[in-house]
Amino acid sequence: MAFGSYVLMRDLTFDVNRGDVFVIMGGSGSGKSTLLRHMIGLLEPAAGSIWYGDVNFTAADPGERERFLRRIGILYQTGGLWSSMTLAENIALPLQEFTDLSKREISELVSLKLALVGLRGFEEYYPSEISGGMQKRAGLARAMALDPEFLFFDEPSAGLDPISSRRLDDLILELRESLGATIVVVTHELDSIFTIGTNSVFLDPESRTMIASGPPTALRDHSQDPRVRRFLHRGEEA
Amino acid sequence: MSQPVPAGPHPTLRFTQTDGQLTASLSGSWVTGQSLPTPEGLVSGIVQGRPERVVIEVDDLSGWDSRLIGFLDQVGRAARQVGATPDWSGLPGGVQRLLALASAVPERTDARRDGIQTTTLEAVGRRTISATHRGGDALAFLGEVILGFGRFFRGKARYRPTDLWLLFQEAGMGALGVVSLINILIGMILAFVGASQLQAYGASIYVADLVAIAVVRDMAAIMTAIVMSGRSGAAYAAALGTMNSNQEIDALRTLGISPIEFLVIPRVLALTLMLPLLTIYADVVGIIGGAFVADTMLGTSLKLYLQQTWSALSPKLLLGGLFKATTYGLLVGLAGTYQGLRSGRSAAGVGDATTRAVVASIILIISAAGAYAVLFYAFGW
Repeated sequence: MAFGSYVLMRDLTFDVNRGDVFVIMGGSGSGKSTLLRHMIGLLEPAAGSIWYGDVNFTAADPGERERFLRRIGILYQTGGLWSSMTLAENIALPLQEFTDLSKREISELVSLKLALVGLRGFEEYYPSEISGGMQKRAGLARAMALDPEFLFFDEPSAGLDPISSRRLDDLILELRESLGATIVVVTHELDSIFTIGTNSVFLDPESRTMIASGPPTALRDHSQDPRVRRFLHRGEEA
Repeated sequence: MSQPVPAGPHPTLRFTQTDGQLTASLSGSWVTGQSLPTPEGLVSGIVQGRPERVVIEVDDLSGWDSRLIGFLDQVGRAARQVGATPDWSGLPGGVQRLLALASAVPERTDARRDGIQTTTLEAVGRRTISATHRGGDALAFLGEVILGFGRFFRGKARYRPTDLWLLFQEAGMGALGVVSLINILIGMILAFVGASQLQAYGASIYVADLVAIAVVRDMAAIMTAIVMSGRSGAAYAAALGTMNSNQEIDALRTLGISPIEFLVIPRVLALTLMLPLLTIYADVVGIIGGAFVADTMLGTSLKLYLQQTWSALSPKLLLGGLFKATTYGLLVGLAGTYQGLRSGRSAAGVGDATTRAVVASIILIISAAGAYAVLFYAFGW
């Protein structure tokens, strides 16, 4: 990963297994969100490639990439909801663009997706009229609009109170269980990491590469690297 | 959802009702892209039969996605409405969990907005109240700006002098290109329009008078102000609106720094001072445009044209144009900063604020120009 001649991270090699809740972790400024943006095609890797199964996403032509992106749902750090549209319109847009469903069927699906995130009844609200936590949940409903196989979450708990944050974690786990989706989460919230993560990669800004990978609890209890142990024990030496 | 099955066995629904229990059986592939049974039949069966239990079973369900969950969600709600208990235990685990999730948080019925009807009278009333509030708010803003200017001229306002100089440069030098283009074209258009009429009377030389008086008295100031409303007024609204949505303005307020002094006064001042300077330049450029047309198209000698122009102009005319330009600058600056500060905290809000700033500026400029035309005529200026 590089911006011009500045190399942010190098030698990143890891696998995300189907059904994983894969956590990208590391301190602030380590390039977690940048890695996620590479994985969803918003940024191009300076070298190397990203594969989904046997599809080389990096080398895919624009049409193939666009088709593939419909199998991906993304929850952005600040929700990323379109502010000029109501919540219902936000969720309906991908359904209108990429399915042949009728208006009524779309409206039923929108209502269902909002119900899944506990927001039934808020269809006609604009993003600016609801709280930050609700915006996150509405963003999640939109990410799920097309029943994606892969869900990407960028700092889902950032800015949420502990209860909302916990509810969102539970929701993520529930969705993985129910949908069988593969989930990639960028976070540095330790509670979330240990609650939801089944696999992870740890980015270190000093060495500009990944310094650990594996289940977060295993890294916490058995990692030999002091930087990883310190991070996973809230700065205290284990 | 779990494993998408784009095509498969046709989805079917059968239901029977016996002894207070309605049993529905689903089979086939219930995925997007298939023509699915609608829930109405089953829902009306529940509403009419009023069973105590609604049992959903699957019989060779080969695929499902959100469409099935949506179908069952509606059935579940209908069942609960008639006091029946939906029994999902015969469904796949993933379906059961999603249905539980969908009904986990009861709907906030007071949140729903659709179905709220307003009468025309009520709408007029609401708009009137809202317009009154907006008018009051604009007056309050104007009052704050006057107080801000008071502090500025007493040297007590908090602002960054570097910002002020940058704004002067941006609203002055930065606008020379577009001001030149627009005003040279205006001078040329006026010369063409005048020539087509005056030539018929052999009075082509008076094109110089027409262009000079029209440009210096009104057109240069009006056109420059309109250009600046689209250029600087819109930029002020967008910049302040974005600062508002990023809570930068809240950060100023909580530091005890007035956003009026820090952001509004420098911008309004930049436009108020730069617009008359730009107008002097626009006067010259407009006259050059007219002279170019006279020289190349009408055959009037340049020397004669300029002599005629000089004789048509007077200090009173020039000062009148500059006075108008100063007030237009003030109006454009106020409209841009007011709309920016009052913008909604979203991308759409910033867009709306920018549009409102430009529309308000143009309306204010043209209204003021109309008022000046009457006043200047009445007082013989």
